[in-house]
Amino acid sequence: MKITRKDVLHVAELAHLELSEEEVDLYCQQLDSILAYVDKLNELDTAQVEPMAQSLAGTGGAEDHALREDVVASSDVADAVLSIAPDPSKPYFRVPKVIER
Amino acid sequence: MTAANWTVASIRGALQAKKVSARELAADFLARAEKRNGELNAFLKFAPERAFAQADRIDALVKRGEQLPALAGVPVAVKDVISTKGIRTTCGSRILENYVPPYDATAVVRLEAAGAICLGKTNCDEFAMGSSNENSAYGPVQNPVAPGRVPGGSSGGSAAAVAADLAVVALGTDTGGSIRQPGALCGIPAMMPTYGRVSRYGLIAFASSLDRIGPFGRTVADVAAVLQVMAGRDPLDSTSAEAPVGNYASEIEKPVRGLRLGIPREYFGEGMDPEVRRRVEEAIERLRSLGCQTAELRMPHTDYAIATYYIVATAEASSNLARYDGVRYGPRTSGDPETSGLLDMYKKTRGRGFGAEVKRRIMLGTYALSTGYYEAYYLKAQKARALIARDFTEAFARVDAIVTPTSPVPAFRLGERTADPLQMYLADIYTVTGSLAGVPGISIPCGKTAEGLPVGLQIFGPHFGEARVLQLARAFERAWAPQG
Repeated sequence: MKITRKDVLHVAELAHLELSEEEVDLYCQQLDSILAYVDKLNELDTAQVEPMAQSLAGTGGAEDHALREDVVASSDVADAVLSIAPDPSKPYFRVPKVIER
Repeated sequence: MTAANWTVASIRGALQAKKVSARELAADFLARAEKRNGELNAFLKFAPERAFAQADRIDALVKRGEQLPALAGVPVAVKDVISTKGIRTTCGSRILENYVPPYDATAVVRLEAAGAICLGKTNCDEFAMGSSNENSAYGPVQNPVAPGRVPGGSSGGSAAAVAADLAVVALGTDTGGSIRQPGALCGIPAMMPTYGRVSRYGLIAFASSLDRIGPFGRTVADVAAVLQVMAGRDPLDSTSAEAPVGNYASEIEKPVRGLRLGIPREYFGEGMDPEVRRRVEEAIERLRSLGCQTAELRMPHTDYAIATYYIVATAEASSNLARYDGVRYGPRTSGDPETSGLLDMYKKTRGRGFGAEVKRRIMLGTYALSTGYYEAYYLKAQKARALIARDFTEAFARVDAIVTPTSPVPAFRLGERTADPLQMYLADIYTVTGSLAGVPGISIPCGKTAEGLPVGLQIFGPHFGEARVLQLARAFERAWAPQG
């Protein structure tokens, strides 16, 4: 096994996911088998290959898209956005306390 | 009124001849869809008010004798990962069970501006993660042409709605095969356009470098008509392409004689159902009989596509889905206010709100991006992606299109593949390649198995080669559709 329970708990912490004991066991085994399969990528010699993050063929290159004209436009969405929040307190989202005792 | 006969063109003709009103059409489709939904579970939400308001606008145009827009009166079903202002949009997830978007996706804006009537939102795998629609928090969808079997995924509800004549066309999204594979399993044309061809504004993100919106229809012409309306640059999506949009309706009727088709050997290896193989080989023979030339190709990195995809897509998903934290939308689960704080609220909300497959992918993607594993997994997968894309570039230097099966197997039974996630991932083996490369692809029906299960033929074109892909699909349909 490459993936231990400790790894799963660490990743769940990074991902902000509360998992049950059963889920920890299940993901331990499933991530291990998926990653064992993914290891086949090591057969590829990629020493001379540039990583590909995005397919932007025909867009004139990413540079063209980095910036648009800097024009002022209205964005009057605060009420609509706050109206669907679990605990709104205009003009804020209220959350449980951030600083733990 | 026989639903199966309606197409974009026939609706237009009937409206103009005043044989039917848009309101009658909308009422008929909504009534039938609501009636069959208990059995199929294809829709998560109906939008009768919005549908009738739009229908009345179309009927007013008819009454005034005005020119009708391209999709006038066409009932469309929209996958529930695409935002619709004022209409609940859940992504098939509990974590968005009460989410009502404050804005519309550009694709929906363009369809409605062209006169289409949005009937409602369709079921899908949670956050579009799945190949069978069994990962929806709201229950699986039944395949309308193969009872007891999956419709494919993740756009299973959209495919089922069109295949069951409950909508004339539908919108799906495709990240690794989620339009093409359900199209194949339900026996209808289904298209993934080039990355950037259709704006992703308002598409709730799964994997941003792969996600695309595309159409389902009963005919290739209808798929082309919907794509025509959606395609083109949108200032609200910085990755949407400037490339000019062709006139698909005229391009697809051009003869295909002399076109060069590549048949990559890697797509005909182990693991393919023998009946799927036979139908696809017959389909290639038929394309040859229409005057196409075929050439065997090698695309040597095909076998690495699933591994590459499930790292790239999950890494992007782990980042995109970080936003569901119980602060701005969706339900919130908090711990004891005396003893726990914000972090605990995040973890409980996400632990409860996400389903098993979404959590699995967030875990996998977070692992692949984490310190010590980033280079071994994420960077390695990005490099493998470049090699897979290069296979396509080299192929399109020799051929006009690439022809393959869409799915290695026809529709499988509900519950048959849910135990082993890796086996489910392998269902995407022929579709993820084109997703990673950014090229367009269509699945069109090419016959059935002895049991009557539809088989799909996949046609890939070069970047922005939608017209070529649709042209081949249309020629095949015109010559051979009665066989399906």
